[in-house]
Amino acid sequence: MRYAMVIDTLKCVGCSDCVVACQTENDVPHGYCRDWITESVSGSYPNVELELKSERCNHCDNAPCVRCCPTGASHIVEGGVVLVTANECIGCGACIESCPYDARYQHPDGYVDKCTFCHHRLVKGQLPACVSVCPTKCMYFGDLDNPNSEVSQLLKNRKYKTLAPEAGTNPHVFYLI
Amino acid sequence: MQEELFTSGRHIPNIDPSLQIWHWPIALYLFLGGLAAGILFFAALFYILGKEKEYPSAVKIATTIPPIALSLGLLALVYDLTHPLYTWQLYTTFRIESPMSWGAWVLLIVTPLSFLWTFSFYRESFSNIESKLNLFKRLKFLNTFEKFVITNRKYIAYALIPLSIILGVYTGILLSAFNARPLWNNAILGPLFLTSGLSTGAATIILLSKSIKERHLFGKIDLGLIIIELALIIHMIMGYYAGSQVQLEAMELLVGGEFTLMFFGFVVLLGLLVPALLELIELTGYKVPVIVPAIMVIIGGLIFRFIMIEAGQLTRYLY
Ligand code: SF4
Ligand code: SF4
Repeated sequence: MRYAMVIDTLKCVGCSDCVVACQTENDVPHGYCRDWITESVSGSYPNVELELKSERCNHCDNAPCVRCCPTGASHIVEGGVVLVTANECIGCGACIESCPYDARYQHPDGYVDKCTFCHHRLVKGQLPACVSVCPTKCMYFGDLDNPNSEVSQLLKNRKYKTLAPEAGTNPHVFYLI
Repeated sequence: MQEELFTSGRHIPNIDPSLQIWHWPIALYLFLGGLAAGILFFAALFYILGKEKEYPSAVKIATTIPPIALSLGLLALVYDLTHPLYTWQLYTTFRIESPMSWGAWVLLIVTPLSFLWTFSFYRESFSNIESKLNLFKRLKFLNTFEKFVITNRKYIAYALIPLSIILGVYTGILLSAFNARPLWNNAILGPLFLTSGLSTGAATIILLSKSIKERHLFGKIDLGLIIIELALIIHMIMGYYAGSQVQLEAMELLVGGEFTLMFFGFVVLLGLLVPALLELIELTGYKVPVIVPAIMVIIGGLIFRFIMIEAGQLTRYLY
């Protein structure tokens, strides 16, 4: 099993519902966020393109944050989900320095926190909170190892990209373009 | 042209707009670790060579610094942890891929060894202090313990040679292992920080030495190390030039950007070139107080760590 998220940038309207859903679901402290929206404009007038997308931890296969963690607090569980065990984390910040996506932050309580793909919901067979609330249904979640899953099919039939592939982390959040 | 802006109000403390996760304690810790590694390396080396009488500062006097430096460094490190009550978790595991883990374990071994080393020379080098404190008269077991440490000093020296090199290299690898920070992601940082640590160590030995012969020898050693360090810095910059766009942008911080004056002025010019010149003039027979270049080298080494920590966190992948 390999969990992955597929996000359709052509459908995303940047409403930030996923951000709020995550903050509510995961009790993210005020002023922090585990997922966020980026709006990027490229090209030069009049040929400009606007892209909206929801970003988060990419649950990388080759996760530098897990490799550099001195205590093993950052670890990978079944399905490729990268998690942090709060009471093993010393708050050294090495994982934050190592993430090319700046997807982690120091929780006000001291430990390091980030997107968990809503692991607590996955084990109950539910979708991550962000995916389940998206009003345009632009987010998909599923098992990449299953060739018939919705995510596998989307990646088979649509053009997609990952973020900063040159960083070599093998990210598992995919963006349809 | 590409522009990107956050719309969901991402202003996470210490993360946006650029990382501020590691602060001055980490820079200080890297400096003190390198300094301690340098001094311990020379102490062990000259002890093994049987030169403890000829070079007393290197083998005996300056080695009072590493226990203090390592303890301060460790304090600084723990001070910068945000979940410090769990620090013991470092020692529940050894993670071979994590430089932090290597550092934690190496320090756990080197720090006590450095204390033992200083202790074994305490009565010999600081007899005036001991005559006031009378520690060995009051605590009888110290005598047997001292004898034990002195008979095993050779083994400590043999252990310290590789350990001090690992410690010195580690202060650089800790940064260079971060692929995500283009300024740090340069393999030359390991040897560069090791050389810089050895050089600050040699400078400290000069500072504390009373023998002209010893000061001259370490002046020569330091001169050699400075030349190697300059070569490695040229390597480092060439490495960025040959690198990807993110590395070119990272290098601009040092060459032309906001850290240029600090880097070329304080580290390269005042911390390396001028002291090298002074040491050279001194070696040709003119009178230069060797203390001046030694202090410049030490301050330059400290500033170098601060620049690398600060500037490195400004660099990132743009996508
Ligand atoms: S996105 Fe960052 S935090 Fe998430 S797995 Fe990759 S490197 Fe680690
Ligand atoms: S901050 Fe915590 S999770 Fe991150 S590397 Fe350090 S111990 Fe591991």
